[in-house]
Amino acid sequence: MEIKKKATAGTLESSDIFVQVEPNDNGIEINITSIVYNQFGEDIERTVREVLSEFGVNSVKIQLKDRGAVECAIRARIETALKRAEGMED
Amino acid sequence: MNKVVKSIKEAITLCGLKDGMRISFHHHLRNGDHVINMVMEEIANMGYRDLTVNASSVFDIHAPLITHIKNNVVTGLEVNYMGAAVGREVSSGIMQKPVDFRSHGGRPSDIENGKTPIDIAFIAAPSSDNMGNCSGKYGKSACGSLGYAFVDAMNAKKVVVITDNLVEYPLYDFSIQETYVDYVVCVDKIGDPTGIVSGTTKITRDPVGLMMASYATKVIQSSGLLKDGFSFQTGAGGASLAVAKYLKDIMLKENIKGSFGMGGITSYLVDMLEAGCFETLMDVQCFDLRAVQSIRDNPRHREVTASHYASPSAKSAIVDNLDVVILGATQIDTDFNVNVHTDSNGFIMGGSGGHSDTAAGAKLTMIVAPLTRARLSIVVDKVLCVSTPGNTVDVLVTQRGIAVNPRRGDLKERLLASGLPVVDIHDLKRIADGITGVPKEVKLGSKTVANVIYRDGTVIDKIKNTL
Amino acid sequence: MRRSMLFMPGNNSGMLLNADALGADSVILDLEDAVSPQEKDSARILVRNALKYLGYKGCEVIIRINSIDTDFWKKDLDEIIPMKPDMIMPPKVSSGMDIKVIENYMGEVERRHGIEKKISLIPLIETALGVENAFEIASSSKRIKAIFLGGEDLTADLRCKRTKQGDEIFYSRGRMVMAARAAGIDVYDTPFTDVEDEEGLRLDAEFAKGLGFTGKACISPRHVQSVNEVFSPTLEEIEYATEVMEIIQVAKEQGKGAISLRGKMIDAPIVERARQTLEAAKALGGAF
Repeated sequence: MEIKKKATAGTLESSDIFVQVEPNDNGIEINITSIVYNQFGEDIERTVREVLSEFGVNSVKIQLKDRGAVECAIRARIETALKRAEGMED
Repeated sequence: MNKVVKSIKEAITLCGLKDGMRISFHHHLRNGDHVINMVMEEIANMGYRDLTVNASSVFDIHAPLITHIKNNVVTGLEVNYMGAAVGREVSSGIMQKPVDFRSHGGRPSDIENGKTPIDIAFIAAPSSDNMGNCSGKYGKSACGSLGYAFVDAMNAKKVVVITDNLVEYPLYDFSIQETYVDYVVCVDKIGDPTGIVSGTTKITRDPVGLMMASYATKVIQSSGLLKDGFSFQTGAGGASLAVAKYLKDIMLKENIKGSFGMGGITSYLVDMLEAGCFETLMDVQCFDLRAVQSIRDNPRHREVTASHYASPSAKSAIVDNLDVVILGATQIDTDFNVNVHTDSNGFIMGGSGGHSDTAAGAKLTMIVAPLTRARLSIVVDKVLCVSTPGNTVDVLVTQRGIAVNPRRGDLKERLLASGLPVVDIHDLKRIADGITGVPKEVKLGSKTVANVIYRDGTVIDKIKNTL
Repeated sequence: MRRSMLFMPGNNSGMLLNADALGADSVILDLEDAVSPQEKDSARILVRNALKYLGYKGCEVIIRINSIDTDFWKKDLDEIIPMKPDMIMPPKVSSGMDIKVIENYMGEVERRHGIEKKISLIPLIETALGVENAFEIASSSKRIKAIFLGGEDLTADLRCKRTKQGDEIFYSRGRMVMAARAAGIDVYDTPFTDVEDEEGLRLDAEFAKGLGFTGKACISPRHVQSVNEVFSPTLEEIEYATEVMEIIQVAKEQGKGAISLRGKMIDAPIVERARQTLEAAKALGGAF
């Protein structure tokens, strides 16, 4: 999947995560802030890399502002942002 | 004779404050209190150092304490509760000496038995006469009960009453009497009314909170304790208030005449008193305007001292006669130990208050908390800080099930018989981990930043610095 | 046993997390009215992930998709069917043809994903035409396990005011119950919309139960407990049903044809109702 444009998904409400993706020239760049970084920072990064790999994304700048979202919500928000950035969804 | 002096500075000088002394404050003005900051600023300007501040609680409004600590004006801190603003700094290790945390019952006990003798008590009073007969029930900064301040007044070597409402002698409906008071200072404003009591305390609208409240109410019903003579304490949290409302409906429907409501008093407990659910309210602290009005106008709504409320060394205390208490938790472990001192990252953001006192006294101690907050489980293998020991906690109520302490097999049988969703606490933890994933253990430093002193005087935990 | 069906907004991750812990027998994860048009993609991806990872063991899960006059409903089914939810709720169903259109596409998605189970349907009937065609809709497919009346959209279509008392939907309620029972399926009542009015909710639910509704939808978790209580058999009903079954047994053993209980002849319909009551009580397992 190619990231064609900047796109966002999710919210900053508790138990949600806000994701922003944009095109990147040199590979994958991940920036995570989280209220549970001490407990789940590594898990979140692993989830991000898994979803990117599932969608075959090799180059992206992705920023995540986490308000304590569980893994399935993180996956959903990343997927939504990626599909929006590819122009798959309206 | 006139005890009124013209400034806080003059009172400090007349009291003979010296470096290294212990001074005390109460927290009835809560997050609206100006008195601690006014007094400490004066003391700092006068050049004193190395003081120990013994305050029943400090709130976020007391953040200027951080500067006094960094400048060595304050080198000792003794509290029952500490808000996150000061707590965060303490956790990061700004004090040489650890903070001593006590409970609302432990503090008066240790002041009375001489473990923490007070040199000067500064008592914020919403109304006072010129001799120091004072009360929290009247004035623009009214806070209702002055329950936590009695022990300071009765035991400190010097007592300064600070008021913003000086009235004609005698203030007939006094709480603390003039016999204990050395000086009275009148200032423009002792606090910000909006931070002292909330206009109204409101029941939660959060569906999870209401679900827990509904379970908690059924637990009380099933416990066998809800009958004539029932006594009850609950906090001001939204779910606790919902329990009070549900209980009121049941008590009225089933014509149950309770004995007393205790604690921090909210409009919901006042409603119960006025509806005839209780004979009396025992009030150590008012949380909202209705409570303040009620303690002023209703003779059945009694002001009680912190010692009377919860002191472990008193010949008897109200907590020992309590049937049911509803308490919160930031964490609870599989041995039912509860943490209310630190957040899940180990930062100080609370304290026992009356948590461990009521847990020890009540026949049914109930923790009501959502199983997960954001991505964190309430139930953990080991709490970061033991505030209240598990052997005094009977039941944990969450939206995904009710865990009963194995020590209370009798209670478990009763709850099961009522069809309540009783779950082993280990299973609750597994359910939570299934939702959140397994969190990485939080690493803390090796320096002790606070001692948690249990009501019997033992240090039950040491809080370590955050990294 | 499905007494209460609780609506949950499909794009709210915090609420999806606790959807199955609020006491409702079913939750309706909503992709339609609770989700704005620009978040439809986000909601269906979130709901699909929630179904996949959260499990929802505590209750039945129904997904309300968008109506077939939108561009969204096929995408909704594409995402949701592979997760095999208990039921799909199509809104604004007005005829058996509507059901055929939905059913055909559901079958297509099921085949595409090799799903053998035929996912059930609970059509939401909320138009004048839909109410008039209620029996046709109810009997149009084996997938349909229940029909559900939507009072808000219906009254807009009827060009009348929606009131708390609900006189304006009285005919529709009766028609729905008749259609569902004639088709041998369950029937669910429209939600009570005043979240604060507990007393009004209870009266409304009791009225619906009296008409023959199986249960009622809730737009607020605060209504779930009352709805469950109203649509559960009462202790007296269970006791009476138990007595009926006992006396029938005795009659059989003694070879008696006609038998009476509490001065009333026990005939076949009474026995059938007693059997249903005990079945419901058993399904609830004391949890009411």
